[in-house]
Amino acid sequence: MHQEYTVPAQDFSVAGVASSNFKRLLKQLNLPPKVIKRITVAVFEAEVNVIAHSYGGKIVCELSENTITVEVIDTGPGIPNLDLAMKEGWSTATEEILELGYGAGMGLPNIKKSCDRLSIKTQAGGHTHITMGFDLKEES
Amino acid sequence: MYPIVIHTVHGILILMKLKDIIACVDGHLICGESHLEDEITRGFASDLMSDVLTILEDDILLITGLSNNQAIRTAEMSDIKNILLVRNKKPSQNMIDMAQELNISLSYTSYSLFKASALLFNEGLKPVY
Repeated sequence: MHQEYTVPAQDFSVAGVASSNFKRLLKQLNLPPKVIKRITVAVFEAEVNVIAHSYGGKIVCELSENTITVEVIDTGPGIPNLDLAMKEGWSTATEEILELGYGAGMGLPNIKKSCDRLSIKTQAGGHTHITMGFDLKEES
Repeated sequence: MYPIVIHTVHGILILMKLKDIIACVDGHLICGESHLEDEITRGFASDLMSDVLTILEDDILLITGLSNNQAIRTAEMSDIKNILLVRNKKPSQNMIDMAQELNISLSYTSYSLFKASALLFNEGLKPVY
């Protein structure tokens, strides 16, 4: 199954709409609640990142029997220092983002914690392409 | 007077019903009447939604001063069914509509985040960590 969601830049009024729709789809598939939570937390963090930091992008989800792959592809401007961005607490968030309750510098670390496989391709001035892999096996 | 104390093989488990949580902080329910009998064991207090998203436990009470749609969205993603707003923060109608649609209860208290959390902790509501 293939599903795509468009994520606009800077429009926080729709932050979470894509993740919410995807979560609804995952619930319909009767996946274990813990797996659904891991996936939605990671996708939500990525969605907020696209809105807060990029020129807009999309979330592309591929669902198969045993795995779910979610690609988050934005249109720039890229992450200048990925090592710093992966550090808990490191943030480049603006005042506006902080007032909304985001920008704690936990986005990418939360994503890393929530998925089974993570690949991030980015460069300053280019776009960012995140690929998250999730195994659907029942968790203890 | 508020908590329900259950003795289990793992020790004492204290449950607080949402209605007792609201009474404990002299709060008011805004929406989600069907949750008043929810039994809650743990609370998490934060204004930072990314911190909330790190919590793996379900059905916790989210205590926050963040009164905007993002708090509701974060609760939705984290499977949190009950939110207590502190510092007398009143939600917008849009926020209430969203909470109702997602079956999340919203309450508020005039107390600070610290005072509300401390009162609930004293009554036996456990921290997540």
